[in-house]
Amino acid sequence: MLMDEQKQETFTEHVSRLKLSKEQLLSAYRTMCTIRQFELMADKLYAAGKVHGTMHLSAGQEAVAVGLGMAVNVDDYFINHHRGHGHFIAKQADINLMMAEFMGKDTGYCRGRGGSMHIADFPSHSLGANGIVGGGIPYSVGVGLALQMQHRQEIVITVFGDGASNEGVFHEALNMAALWKLPNLYVCENNKYGMSMDISNAAAKLPIAQRAEGYGIPWSYIDGNDLLTVYETMRDAVAHIRSAKGPVLVEAQTYRYFGHSKSDRNLYRSKEEIENWRNTKDPIQRFRNELVEIGYLNDAGIEEIDQETLKVIDAAVAFAEASPEPDPSTVMEYVYA
Amino acid sequence: MPEITYLEAIRQGLWEEMKRDERVFLVGEDIGRYGGAFGLTHGMLDEFGPERIRETPISEPTIVATAIGASLLGMRPVAEIMFMDFVLLTLDQLGNQAAKMRYMFGGKANVPIVVRMPSGSGTGAAAQHSQSLESLLMHIPGLKVVMPTTPYEAKGLLLTAIRDPNPVCFVEHKLLYKTKGEVPEGEYTIPFGVADIKRKGKDLTVVANNIMVLKTLAVAERLAKEGMDIEVIDPRTLVPLDRETIIESVCKTGKLLVVHEACQTGGWAGEIIASVTASRAFDYLDAPIRRVAGKDCPIPYNRGLERAAVPQEEDIEAEIRKILKGGY
Repeated sequence: MLMDEQKQETFTEHVSRLKLSKEQLLSAYRTMCTIRQFELMADKLYAAGKVHGTMHLSAGQEAVAVGLGMAVNVDDYFINHHRGHGHFIAKQADINLMMAEFMGKDTGYCRGRGGSMHIADFPSHSLGANGIVGGGIPYSVGVGLALQMQHRQEIVITVFGDGASNEGVFHEALNMAALWKLPNLYVCENNKYGMSMDISNAAAKLPIAQRAEGYGIPWSYIDGNDLLTVYETMRDAVAHIRSAKGPVLVEAQTYRYFGHSKSDRNLYRSKEEIENWRNTKDPIQRFRNELVEIGYLNDAGIEEIDQETLKVIDAAVAFAEASPEPDPSTVMEYVYA
Repeated sequence: MPEITYLEAIRQGLWEEMKRDERVFLVGEDIGRYGGAFGLTHGMLDEFGPERIRETPISEPTIVATAIGASLLGMRPVAEIMFMDFVLLTLDQLGNQAAKMRYMFGGKANVPIVVRMPSGSGTGAAAQHSQSLESLLMHIPGLKVVMPTTPYEAKGLLLTAIRDPNPVCFVEHKLLYKTKGEVPEGEYTIPFGVADIKRKGKDLTVVANNIMVLKTLAVAERLAKEGMDIEVIDPRTLVPLDRETIIESVCKTGKLLVVHEACQTGGWAGEIIASVTASRAFDYLDAPIRRVAGKDCPIPYNRGLERAAVPQEEDIEAEIRKILKGGY
């Protein structure tokens, strides 16, 4: 399905058709705000020298993470990528443990071994963020296969960027997932750039999602900055997958405001382009306006949620700062089980 | 005890372990009706069905990845990479994913996979179907590297590999597939990290792997008639590596030769030699440490060239004579 084929309806009509409660909508809004605040704080901590290495901020892409999070179950399996902070928060990750990992602390999700690029939480079925572009896509085949062989109800969601769709393993994995009708949802977050490479210079034919036709996989290309569209598309995809009909590929068009990583000087795109997305298509602003319009939010409510989320983030920073560093003598731990 | 081939021993190990443990399944190219490129999985499709003898498209990275993903959910996959050369196609999955997951995710992930891979030259299959790449795999922390020599070891080490909670590269040698040896039916395992002294001797320690063990043993028997008493040590697993058995042997013999088919430069002989010279064995050395290894070239097609590219018995013999009789 292509974007322009999607129905034109008002926000109220959309909400009532999707049967979403006020609580669900406000909770989604709160999660989007939490992701944004988390990343702004991480950026600040980086500037203050408290987070080292690099990080890949997803600010501007929150609707994809949250819409997806609303459509799946908390025990579904997740494989994501280096720009994955939002997905974890949308999957109800512990923000304290995330922040501690960013700061390289022993209490972090990966005990300070992984950093922002490799958050993982196996007990909650988050199988890890991958630093190799497209690196997680092929092992989703094995996860889906195990779910199928073990006759389980969970599905596996693999999130990757537009850049990853040009790795060979993308094609191998889609082919095999389709061949074996695996319970796999593939979500391509197209934020327009693979580091600096504009997707229109990297993909011979757009949208990326139409490649799914070559494998007989249902696909859609959606506005990834519209929370309800993301939610509805993912919900339908998940229903298809859970009924054992095989994988689905969804491409969500979105945009990142910050550079690819901390070394990015934005030489490949204009300030105007970034400002245009920020000012006219921001997923949080857009959703907030819609909630205000239907009376679910007012200025006081907005302020309250802002304060609440800031409190959560501040508490996470305090937790992380108070946490111990890993003991250097443990550097060889975890190489082998 | 029944005598079976190396190839049959591996098949028996897979077969018995699949009977014992329903989490074990095979994944690879042409492993079903065809029975795998070397016929190793012949008959297994009929016994276990297509779900557990999982044939794949020709997509090596995703074959290894399929094993990885399934292992994260508690399965015990055994992947077959048709020729070890094709492992180069899978290096992201082996080196960046399987090897690093446990570490970079803070000890939470286990990746209990086995990747079987036939290595070695001698079949006239030329450059892209003949290489020995175990040294390259050994350089990646997080992977284990196993190289059985005898049918008995092939089965015993395979069972250990399948039960190990880490990713294991199981390196077979094509020329060993038809060699025979005694293999007990039923369950037994051989621990990793325990070298095997294949021949006891007091004049020289030779460390060799798979096919080179057989070549070295043949040479040692010939030279024994001339009064040269050679100890032959087979490390059996490169990771973990039993350095102690080798060091102890060199303390006794005072001389060391390392033999492998893999190319010399960057080959694992260097690691063995460095470990010995840095150890107490240094004080016992009374000859230069030498190695006989594959030439630093791709494996050629022509029979004579192919033979010239990797160590032959005469090369090993000449080197042993030099060490024992002098001549450097």
